[in-house]
Amino acid sequence: MTPAVRVEHLVHVYPDGHRALGGLTLTVHPGERVAVLGPNGAGKTSLMLHLNGVLTPTSGTVEISGIPLQRKNLRQIRERVGVVFQDPDDQLFMPTVAQDVAFGPANFGLQGARLAERVQSALEVVSLTDHAGRSPAHLSAGERRRAALATVLACHPELLVLDEPSANLDPVARRELATTLGALETTLLIVTHDLPYAAQLCQRAVIMDHGVIVADGDVRDILADTELLSRHRLELPWGFDLTTP
Amino acid sequence: MGAGPTALLYRDNRSAVHRIPAEVKIVALMVFVLAVVATPREQFWCFGGHALILLIVWWVAGIPMRWVLPRMLIEAPFVVLAVLLPFAEGGERIEVAGLSLSHAGLYAAWGIVIKGTLGVAASLTVAATTAARELPLALSRLGVPALVTSVLVLALRYVDVLGAEANRMRMARLSRGDSPRALHQAGAIAGSVGALFLRSYERGERVYSAMLSRGYTGTVPDLALASGGAVRAPARVWAVTMLPAAAAVLVAVSAWLLR
Repeated sequence: MTPAVRVEHLVHVYPDGHRALGGLTLTVHPGERVAVLGPNGAGKTSLMLHLNGVLTPTSGTVEISGIPLQRKNLRQIRERVGVVFQDPDDQLFMPTVAQDVAFGPANFGLQGARLAERVQSALEVVSLTDHAGRSPAHLSAGERRRAALATVLACHPELLVLDEPSANLDPVARRELATTLGALETTLLIVTHDLPYAAQLCQRAVIMDHGVIVADGDVRDILADTELLSRHRLELPWGFDLTTP
Repeated sequence: MGAGPTALLYRDNRSAVHRIPAEVKIVALMVFVLAVVATPREQFWCFGGHALILLIVWWVAGIPMRWVLPRMLIEAPFVVLAVLLPFAEGGERIEVAGLSLSHAGLYAAWGIVIKGTLGVAASLTVAATTAARELPLALSRLGVPALVTSVLVLALRYVDVLGAEANRMRMARLSRGDSPRALHQAGAIAGSVGALFLRSYERGERVYSAMLSRGYTGTVPDLALASGGAVRAPARVWAVTMLPAAAAVLVAVSAWLLR
């Protein structure tokens, strides 16, 4: 079976000399839900931006469903990989939610009735059909996050990458988003330091630190290893017990 | 949120003027403003004619005077400039209430004030009846290059985000005892303007990555069509909307003929 993601010896050095990724290797199989955990500055976002070719590797390879990340394949890769950014305001830039949701699929060549249908179904998945004609500025934080998710879901990605999906959400919005994400069948990569959220949504977890993967395993095993977590500036929130849910 | 400049200028209503596709209103506005500018300033009555046209449009669109007038203050800097002209201009001078005023300067000032006022009033009329989200599609239908419309789309979207960000920074300054009126604290304001600039620059980069991730290759696709954008205006709507503009052209032409 072709892996959904195959990253090998990925190195990225920013123009200012900062080495964000130091030879990272990661394989994700289709249908897997993987939490990418790690402290601030571990290189999580840099990894995410390599998966759809926004950043180009300094060395190493990235393959999405067997397609190598190269300039000529960028369009195919971006069609397969959907990235939901941390701040919905970065993602929602069109005057209305519906226009924003249409942006991706229209770029990938959809038009007319098929485009309208795609927009409609993506908005249904995130329960925002009533807000299609509204400006993103008039939505609540939770609605904006779901709208940002819809803009990516409308492209029908094979791999969905989310950067801190639970940031700035109130408990209900957080649960609603978890329900929406839980119902998706795509391969999921969730970049977060919200450990309970990772436990809720993913089966597998990897810990990143200093630009490499330092642990990889079942999410429960990883989160139960207090010593491993603390070595990488991670800890479960006070009062959280892995055995309850 | 939402109280940005775009929300300030739009007056939500369902009038006949609101329902006209934006591109038709923009063309009518341009023709109207050109007609006003082309009217000779010595023909005072003509400007009454132009003003009457606007009043009728306001009545149809359900825009009350007390809504328009405060928003016309945007014109104030130009009025100040115009007030200086009668004093500064040379040539033949006349005495008014003990002041020596330039004859040519008075005419120039009158021309700037009245044409400016009518232009601002007409633009406010279009702004009040046209939601910002209709603009990009309207402009692209008028043949404005895609690059310009995408810049406009982004500006419309982020002016509110930036406004909210600036407001949060102001709150944070005020909560730490900053008094925006004190001159010696101007440095704090300058600092936050700089910070805002940097943040906006970084946001720009993030927005661009987010656009790239969704297959952006340099042109914003014509997608408003797929998501409930207004249909193209039939000839009848064009004809009716151009009526006020045509009336203004008529006034300008007759002003030249009757001179």
